[in-house]
Amino acid sequence: MIKQWFKSGSPWIWLNAGAVSICLIFVVGLLGLVTVKGGGHFWPFQVAEFVYQEQGGQPETLVGQITDTSVTGAAMAKAAGYDMAEDEDTLVQYLIKTGNRDLTGADFRWIRERNIQRQRFPADIIVLERREWGNFYGYLIAVKEGGNTIAAGEQALPVVQERIAAAAAIFKEITRIEKKEIGAINYGLERLRLKQKRFELENRWEPAAEKRIAAEKADYEADYERYQEQLGELYRQIRRDSLVARTASGKELEIPLDKVVRLYRPNAMSLGDKTVHYGRKLIEFLTDSPREANTEGGIFPAIFGTVMMVIIMSIIVTPFGVIAAVYLREYAKQGFMTRLIRIAVNNLAGVPSVVYGVFGLGFFVYIVGGNIDRLFYPEAAPAPVFGTPGLLWASITLALLTLPVVIVSTEEGLARIPKSIREGSLALGATKLETLWRTVLPMASPAMMTGLILAVARAAGEVAPLMLVGVVKLAPSLPLDGNFPFLHLDRKFMHLGFHIYDVGFQSPNVEAARPLVYATSLLLVIVIIGLNLAAVQIRNHLREKYRALEG
Amino acid sequence: MSETNLNFQSAGTQIHAGGYYFQWRLLKDHLARYGVIVGGLGVIVAIALIFFFLLYSVFPLFMPATAESVAHYEVPGKMPGSTVLLAMEEQNEVAARFTDSGQVVFFEAATGKTVSTETVPIPAGTTVTSFGQGDPAEGVVVYGLSNGRALIVKQQYKQTYPNGERVITPSLAFPLGETPLVVDDTGAAVEKIAVQANDEATIVAKAGNKIRLVSFEKQESLFDEEAGLERTDAVLDMPVYNLTDMIIDEDQRNLYLVSSDGRLSFFDISNKSHPVIRQHQNVVAVGEKITSLAFLNGDLSLLIGDSSGLVSQWSQVRDELNRPALQKIRSFKVSNSPVIGIHAEQRRKGFMTLDADSVVGIYHSTAERELVKETIGEPGAVAATLAPKANAFLVQSGDGSVHFWHVDNEHPEVSMQVFWQEVWYESYQKPNYIWQSSSASNDFEPKYSLVPLVFGTLKAAFYSMLFAVPLALMGAIYTAYFMAPAMRRYVKPSIEMMGALPTVILGFLAGLWLAPFIETHLAGLFALFMLVPLAVMLFAAFWHNLPETIRQQVPEGWDAALLIPVILLSGWLAFAVSEPLEALLFNGSLREWLKAELGIGYDQRNALVVGVAMGFAVIPTIFSIAEDAIFSVPKHLTVGSLALGATPWQTMIRVVLLTASPGIFSAIMIGLGRAVGETMIVLMATGNTPVMDLSVFQGMRTLSANIAVEMPEAEVNSTHYRVLFLAALVLFLFTFIVNTLAEIIRQRLREKYSSL
Repeated sequence: MIKQWFKSGSPWIWLNAGAVSICLIFVVGLLGLVTVKGGGHFWPFQVAEFVYQEQGGQPETLVGQITDTSVTGAAMAKAAGYDMAEDEDTLVQYLIKTGNRDLTGADFRWIRERNIQRQRFPADIIVLERREWGNFYGYLIAVKEGGNTIAAGEQALPVVQERIAAAAAIFKEITRIEKKEIGAINYGLERLRLKQKRFELENRWEPAAEKRIAAEKADYEADYERYQEQLGELYRQIRRDSLVARTASGKELEIPLDKVVRLYRPNAMSLGDKTVHYGRKLIEFLTDSPREANTEGGIFPAIFGTVMMVIIMSIIVTPFGVIAAVYLREYAKQGFMTRLIRIAVNNLAGVPSVVYGVFGLGFFVYIVGGNIDRLFYPEAAPAPVFGTPGLLWASITLALLTLPVVIVSTEEGLARIPKSIREGSLALGATKLETLWRTVLPMASPAMMTGLILAVARAAGEVAPLMLVGVVKLAPSLPLDGNFPFLHLDRKFMHLGFHIYDVGFQSPNVEAARPLVYATSLLLVIVIIGLNLAAVQIRNHLREKYRALEG
Repeated sequence: MSETNLNFQSAGTQIHAGGYYFQWRLLKDHLARYGVIVGGLGVIVAIALIFFFLLYSVFPLFMPATAESVAHYEVPGKMPGSTVLLAMEEQNEVAARFTDSGQVVFFEAATGKTVSTETVPIPAGTTVTSFGQGDPAEGVVVYGLSNGRALIVKQQYKQTYPNGERVITPSLAFPLGETPLVVDDTGAAVEKIAVQANDEATIVAKAGNKIRLVSFEKQESLFDEEAGLERTDAVLDMPVYNLTDMIIDEDQRNLYLVSSDGRLSFFDISNKSHPVIRQHQNVVAVGEKITSLAFLNGDLSLLIGDSSGLVSQWSQVRDELNRPALQKIRSFKVSNSPVIGIHAEQRRKGFMTLDADSVVGIYHSTAERELVKETIGEPGAVAATLAPKANAFLVQSGDGSVHFWHVDNEHPEVSMQVFWQEVWYESYQKPNYIWQSSSASNDFEPKYSLVPLVFGTLKAAFYSMLFAVPLALMGAIYTAYFMAPAMRRYVKPSIEMMGALPTVILGFLAGLWLAPFIETHLAGLFALFMLVPLAVMLFAAFWHNLPETIRQQVPEGWDAALLIPVILLSGWLAFAVSEPLEALLFNGSLREWLKAELGIGYDQRNALVVGVAMGFAVIPTIFSIAEDAIFSVPKHLTVGSLALGATPWQTMIRVVLLTASPGIFSAIMIGLGRAVGETMIVLMATGNTPVMDLSVFQGMRTLSANIAVEMPEAEVNSTHYRVLFLAALVLFLFTFIVNTLAEIIRQRLREKYSSL
């Protein structure tokens, strides 16, 4: 019976079915993992107060949020060197985020469940998100203005929220002045310096030019003085207020409000409050700059850099990809040459991406960029302008990398257009170009779109080549700003994929940064899956359309 | 539209305008044709450009070194006394000639014009009886005098920039004072002398019948140089009658003495008052003499030239008991006549030899390359020097003229042997494959064996293919042939979607989530590999025995959906039994057990993690292509087979797979190409240590990850930079071959199907 069943081959078919199921479980599991870990990052979880006593130690009070639980069997725990009691079957440990890095030197702590004496969730625990030293967990005591207490106890909370909002507004203004206005002045001064050097190099450094540049410089310096004054006033205002808080161990701490981003009491929040909080954090994540070595705050520069790079790449890759596809499908005689080109295209698709990076660095950056610098920017020497990795080179390198995607997709679209349409156009007297331009290409445009979307999805997720040709962990300024010529192709930029690598692996505080990395991964996954789904949709739609035409 | 309007409005000029217009249209058509052809061929140009650029960057590595004569002139400063030493400064502008009469002639290296002449203050009534040179980079020499005294002299070259031009002013300095130091208190003439002086100074001298060791150590609290020196004296316990040469290393810890019968004596002089003999060793063939002696850069190896023209490299190698002993690492047959001078490069492990026939050879020790061999002037050369940057040399030939040569020798340290064979590096116990491209130390020698990287690449690819190929192929077989079309419509895009996921995310999850997970659930993972197939089979048997009515509830081809809960359950079970299993069988921890019982070390980020994570990235590629190949097997073949009574499985194995096998092969090839080139996953999920260990629990460093890590730090056009380009070229060629093969097979297959 069993033998016959085996002979029928049915078990092997089941085994093959199992392989498909495993693949599906992988896909769904991976997406689920990223979604849960990334999406949960912004939720204000409850913060617990523990009375904790290590074996043979004094009881202590800890405040923190449980972020991880580890359950280990007794035997394994013993093998790992833990003391286990006779009646203990498993070693249960919690990883709690205790924050207060400025006081304890670490954000996280593993504690054993067995040693927890008491655990409760007092409603008055506050969480402070700070601009440095990470989160603070503790209790609010008082609010001070210029060193004098203005509110304490229960009244402190509304007052401090109001003051934090005011401080945040001032902080925003300070950032605006420092980044935008003073940034523009510095940029202008640098341009003047280069201008002067250029004049000197060309032996045109004459009194008239000297005077003009000196005047411009003076203007900038006057502006600078003015902004400095404004900043002084703003700094005075923002440093006026502070709050006094007590940590779990009873230590009192005065925290100036200019260092505080947000204060909330997670244990006292209703579901609605938490949802609002979640939304705010999400918006901050998408629109703010990173703080604390990229481990806190938002990822806006990375999103912006990725988008900029992808746009420039698209502008480069689309015409080339389409022309190559048109050549292959419409102009070339099918034969040895087209075969060779198809092999080349497939090879181009199969070359490891890091090789593109090496090529981009050696050829675009050092050779092309180096020569551009020598010819057009002699005044900047020895500092390179285009002779160093930057946005333009990254975009061109990725355009080369994604070229096969566009070619293959466009070619497929062209192949699906029925011959009758071309013949009809030609029969009416149109030239080949007109046929292409007026009938074939418009019909194939969704296919091009599909190719472009796939190329964008590929470029958005690619990291290895970008590490060599222009991505940095923290770019001081965006590649697009208000200073002439507005788009700075020579600047280095931040990228979502590289952000994941850098924060997840190069960050000094990986444990604290991990939720943010998951959130970034989630965003990247959503973008890429979304783009791919869109491409698939367009392709399916296209197929339907041509099937109708053929019929 | 505008053209039509035009035609309607001016009917009279229609033909005329139409003629122009028609030509214009034709012209446009032609232009477009050429434009498109150029654009299309551009793709080939692009791939050729990548290839040739990589080749162009790698090429200089394999260019032979060259040397060319720049100038030759009479020996500068025809003073009394013959040359004992030639030296040159950093910029190759000024050179120095030291004579045995205590004169130092500084001259322009390119013309021989004397810049200045200095005289070493040798007291009246004494003569120079011996001469020795310290570390060439320090520029220190010593004169041994007839009254048992010695004088240390240092050359200095000061650079100034008056009027924006570089001027180099040479001068002499006396680090231990202008008064000669007493070496032998009996006043016997110093017959042989050697020196090494930097922060401290050590002199070894043979005077009278003793070999004396004199050292000076700076006292920190005092600023005045002479007063701040503490002197230590010792006498070496060794017969002196046939001593021919002596050399001290730059740390002033080791002293080597050479005797005329070819014996080398090695003293440990780290304690200056108690020099200890470590080793006596015959270092040349019987009957030959040691004719020259020098340190290789770093002073870890001795180069010994003998009268038969052989130069051998001796280095301290530690044995199993960690005792250092001198061993011959390699030797070079330099010439047939005696080697009279060996000059080590100051930045690399290269050296220049000069033989009695005035033949100069430039070699690299570890690469075992002969780079330059030139005869300079007349035989009977007297002295030579290699520039500090090793880009020029000076030779005083037998006819009394000085020859100035330029050397172009950018990449002597690499050769095919260095890349692909075991190399014996200094301070290693035996020849080995080592990749170590940079270090903090100056004397460091970069080690460029590509073998560990290629090994790591193939290891990572192997484990990921081991994981991916069965899953992807079995999945493809089922999806293409057995699955219900309605389900296939969703399953295929979902699995292909996996391929679109950025590898940086897979790498991140592998490194920070999967690696710790596997570390704690190792037994569970192995249980998983056994339990899941077992559970699937059991479920299949169970299903087979269910009553017909229940079985027919599920339409054919939906088995995979049924299996999802089964697999989830068995997976959960595998990890649930993980801990009890480890407790029961492996004393609590499989990792510890493996280490204790089998001696297998466990790295958290290892090949197992990479295999799973990269397998995940490769599955969609293989799945998609293989599925296409199987799905497009012409239907009449399978229908025919079924009609003849074969079961679906038999049809699958005997007909479908056989027909689609080239397609499946090309799918695996393309998957392999992807696994070999993948960067981010291996970068994040392995420790990136270039070890050669097949163990699945150890990490590796792959070519691609190595490029990503080191490329941003490599100096442009340095050897390191070019070697990384070579790594990229190797990757490129590998994937090129694999992909071309796969593509040709695929095109063939397509033709075959269309003919069927």
